[in-house]
Formats: sequence, structure tokens, C-alpha cells
Amino acid sequence: MRTAFVETLCELAERDERIFLLTGDLGFSALEPFAERFPDRYVNAGIAEQNMTGVAAGLAMSGKVVFTYSIANFPTLRCLEQVRNDVCCHRANVKIVAVGCGCTYGSQGYTHHGVEDIGILRTLPAMTVVCPGDPVETRLATRALAQMNGPGYLRLGKAGEPVVHLRPVPFELGKAILVRDGSDVTLISTGGMLAEAVAAADQLAAGGLSARLLSMHTVKPLDKLAVLHAAEQTRAIVTVEEHSVIGGLGSAVAGLLAEAGLPGIRFAMHALPDELRATVGSQAYYRRLIGDLVARVRAVLDADSNIASPTAGEPIGQMQWK
Amino acid sequence: MTIIADTSLDLARRIRARSLRMVHEARASHIGACLSIADLLAVLYSQTLRVDPVNPNRPDRDRFILSKGHAAAVLYAVLAERGFFPARLLRQYCKDGSIFAGHCSHAVPGVEVSTGSLGHGLSIGAGMALAARRDKFATRVFVLTGDGECNEGSIWEAALFAGHHRLDNLVAIVDHNGLQGFGKTEDVLNPSPLAEKWRAFGWCAVEIDGHDHAQIGKVLSEVPAECGKPTAVIAETVKGKGVGFMENQLAWHYRSPDAEQLQLALVEVEGPS
Ligand SMILES: Cc1ncc(C[n+]2csc(CCOP(=O)(O)OP(=O)(O)O)c2C)c(N)n1
Repeated sequence: MRTAFVETLCELAERDERIFLLTGDLGFSALEPFAERFPDRYVNAGIAEQNMTGVAAGLAMSGKVVFTYSIANFPTLRCLEQVRNDVCCHRANVKIVAVGCGCTYGSQGYTHHGVEDIGILRTLPAMTVVCPGDPVETRLATRALAQMNGPGYLRLGKAGEPVVHLRPVPFELGKAILVRDGSDVTLISTGGMLAEAVAAADQLAAGGLSARLLSMHTVKPLDKLAVLHAAEQTRAIVTVEEHSVIGGLGSAVAGLLAEAGLPGIRFAMHALPDELRATVGSQAYYRRLIGDLVARVRAVLDADSNIASPTAGEPIGQMQWK
Repeated sequence: MTIIADTSLDLARRIRARSLRMVHEARASHIGACLSIADLLAVLYSQTLRVDPVNPNRPDRDRFILSKGHAAAVLYAVLAERGFFPARLLRQYCKDGSIFAGHCSHAVPGVEVSTGSLGHGLSIGAGMALAARRDKFATRVFVLTGDGECNEGSIWEAALFAGHHRLDNLVAIVDHNGLQGFGKTEDVLNPSPLAEKWRAFGWCAVEIDGHDHAQIGKVLSEVPAECGKPTAVIAETVKGKGVGFMENQLAWHYRSPDAEQLQLALVEVEGPS
């Protein structure tokens, strides 16, 4: 996703002189193509995310289209009030790009887990929150965000994510992509979990269950119609994300469903439990902790079982506070 | 308190070798940042810090915070050498289900504070120093930061706070290796004159060679360098120190040595086997 982003940004900057890129001292062997081609519109702002974000707001208020770049929580939570007051309050044309979100940097420890960012940024008025599902969506999202005027957040994985969309897909901010249609259950996925959701839909199909799959690349504004149609046309909805079970896509969809008051719709969230752990592990390790997606879908469809546990995943030891 | 028979030089060699093995095995980053501070940690943990692995929670112990948390491997290595946990556990570094996270985790015995987001450690250290003063403990708080890390405004907020409150039981050690994440420190946000900045914030700043154990030991044994002021130790260091092909190379902030590079590096650090 990182490569797709940088390549697309270079193409855009070629045509649009207003595009600036600020980095928080990250991007080694990634941002060089931009830095070399557009030295006047590239700044390494140093390890100083609050200042970087304020400077981005100032540039934007002077007519520039500014991308800020860092990893995990550094361009968002580390400078949250600059994002809220300087960028959002002024509807400044700043696009925040975070690579290594979710549990990409799982073994690096809690400081490097970007797992509350969707929830937090989603609460900011004027903020558009975009979590592409694969490199194709990353390209399209980067273009769309550059064209859109106002604050945006682009939440990326790292590198080497599989391409899910092998054929051209329609892309519009705020419009889910129908990856495949189905009638029993709808999986709504955001971010890099898309490939897992595809695999789960395949498995469900092999077991005789027809799963619709939506890639909800834009979590805010949420594609309400796509969710409500799914609620009417399929028996259950399961949201899929590499994010805390609190505040993310699952919460957004849950709020919408509760408000709509549709009878009989079953719902489960496939997300990270809300807990601190003493132990760390790879991205695959955390995905195992979220649990088995196919099992969760089956559980929510099973008429006799109560609602599937939203926070499943075996706790293997709480943080040992000393 | 345990008396250590080894010299700090031996300890530095061993923790360099251990961190090389750890990052190799885990294919982890940040070996340059580890090697940069191996001498500082070796002196701190063999001569300076009043910490006791048998009684690690003594309220009046000295505190050490590795604010540049990405160099966790070498901190874990020195804590193992110092007897906080068996060294064989270091093999769990960055593994699934392990407490040995790639950035400092306080789940590991002897690690006071989890770090990894730069610019947090000095404020926490200032809080500990203030508490120690209120509690009338002889505790000293040592916080090791990167020079790139000093880009963060929070470092300077903490510096202003500690200077204002005359926290002379607080020591900031700046690992001044001249490199940061995506360039040279002087090219990104030139910090010089660094010592002058700390002085202007009310600190006593001392510049030393951060690989000279005698100099490190002397300055750390004499804190506070000036009564009523926090001490800033600007340690001139070389990123990747001790492994020729890693020294001063930005790439070794990210790369992990392969088997062959590991052997070459170990020969340099430990001598031919
Ligand atoms: C708040 C924050 N921003 C960015 C990073 C990413 N990062 C990790 S290490 C590093 C460079 C650190 O440079 P320096 O402090 O000089 O330490 P060195 O590795 O040179 O010892 C960066 C930018 C981070 N960990 N935290």
C-alpha cells in the first residue's frame, strides 16, 4: 500500500503544483522518489508531529494541498489537537497519511499499534476517514483525497498487501465497493482485512453460505445505503477490521443499524478486543487473536445461538502492572 | 545491591553481541541505535545505577528510562546481564506471545517505562524526580534520549519544567550520534548548539565522548553536576559503533544483519572465536 501511495502521489504532484508532502522523519526507501522529483514541495519536518501538523495547516491555509506522512499513531494521536483545531476546525486541505496501521508493527509493541485511530478520527467533524483494502484501493483513494477539498485521513498498512481487485473497480469516497454479492450474510470490511474477508467468503461459499462482501474503504462518511440494503437483503451483518472493537467500523455500523430499527437483523463485530496485553506478536498473531471469521459468521447466523461475542479472542495474560 | 565483577568494557562487548544476535534472529530494525548506546548502558548498569534485581521495586531505587525505545534490544540485553531475568529469555525478542516487544515494554523485569513513541521519557522522568524529592528519597532519574528525539517539543517542555523546578536528581543523557530516522540530525532540524540550549533551559550541560567509559563513569558519578540544576549529558556517539560497516550508516537504522553480516559483526565486537 505504501508503494501504491507514493507512486500515485508523485503522479498527482506532477500535474498539481499545490501538492506538498511533509514527513515526520519517516519514509526511508519509500519517499525518495517524491523528495527527488519535487524538492521544493517536500519537507522532512523532523520528529515533531505537532509542529508538522500545524505547519501543514498553515500551508493549506495558503492554498497548498498538503499530505503529512508518518507511521502508526504518530501523525494522528501524537498531534491530535493540531489535527482537531488547526486542520479540522479550519477545514484545512490536509491529508494525513499513516502507514503501518492496525497491527502491521505487531511485534514492535503497544506504542506502534494503530488500533484506536479510526474511532478517534471518526469523531472529528469535517474529517474524512479512508482505510483502503488493497493497493488498488490505495491508488484510487489517494487520487480521490487529493481532489477532495478538506481534511482527510488515509490509513494504510505497510507493504506487500495482496491485490484483491483484479479488475477495475468504481471508486468514490463514501461509497462501498461491492466485492461480491450474496444473500445469507454481509461481510463489511475496512482496511487491510479485505483479503481475509475474501478468503472467509470463499470458505462460507464452500460450506453452502452465500456471503455478500462490501469493502467499506470510507468509514466516514459511511455508506449508509449499502449498510441498510445489506440489512434488508441478507440475514446478518458482520463487520471486519483490524481495530479496537470500540469506535471503529463496527461501532459506526452498529449505530446506524440501531437507529434504523430494522427488525431481525443479526450483527457481530470482528475486531480487536478492548484490552492491554503484556505480550506482543506478529500481525498474523493479532489476527489469530481476533478469532476465526468464518466461525464468527456461522455463530451469528445460527438461529439458536445468542448474538456472537463481539470481543472474542482468548485473553492470554493481561498486562502485568508492576 | 549486587556487585558486578566484570568491567563495563566486557559488559559493553557482551550486550553489543547479544543485541546483534537478537535483531538478526528477529529480523528486527534499529541495530545502529542499539550499538550507539551500548557503552552508556554498560557504564550505567555496572557502575552508576542503584538498582537491585533481587528487589527491583525498592521505592528509593534509581530509575532509568530509555526514551528512545526503539533501542530496546540492548536494554533487554543489559538487564539480562545484570540478572533481572535469565539471558535465554532474550531469544523471545519480537516473537509471538513474548513480552520482549521491539520497543521497550514495562512487562519486562527491570524496564521502568514502556516507550517507543519518541519524546515521552523525559516528562515521565521529571515526574519521578519530583516524587523522589517530595518523598525524600536519594533516587536519581536517568533518561536516555536520541538527538533526533530532541526534535519533539515535549522534550523541551520537560526541560523547561525540570529547570524551573530545579530537579537536580534528574539526568538527561542525549545520544548525540548525528543521525535520525530519515537523514542527518543537522540536515533535518539542526539542533546545534545543543549544550547551549539545555543551559538556556536551566540545566547544567556537560559534553562527553559517549564511548569512553572513564568519561561516562566520571560524569554520571558526579550528578548533579551543579547543585540545584538538572544535568544534561551530551554524549558524542557513533550510530552503529563497534561494527565498521554499520557505523554512521542510516540504512542500519532499518536493516537487519543476515547470517554472514552477523558473523562479521560478531568478530568485530567479540574478537575472532
Ligand atoms: C513520535 C515518534 N515519531 C516517529 C517515530 C519513528 N522513529 C523511530 S526511531 C526514529 C529516529 C530516531 O532518531 P534518534 O532519536 O536520533 O535516535 P537514533 O536512532 O539515532 O539513536 C524515528 C523517526 C517514533 N518512534 N516516534
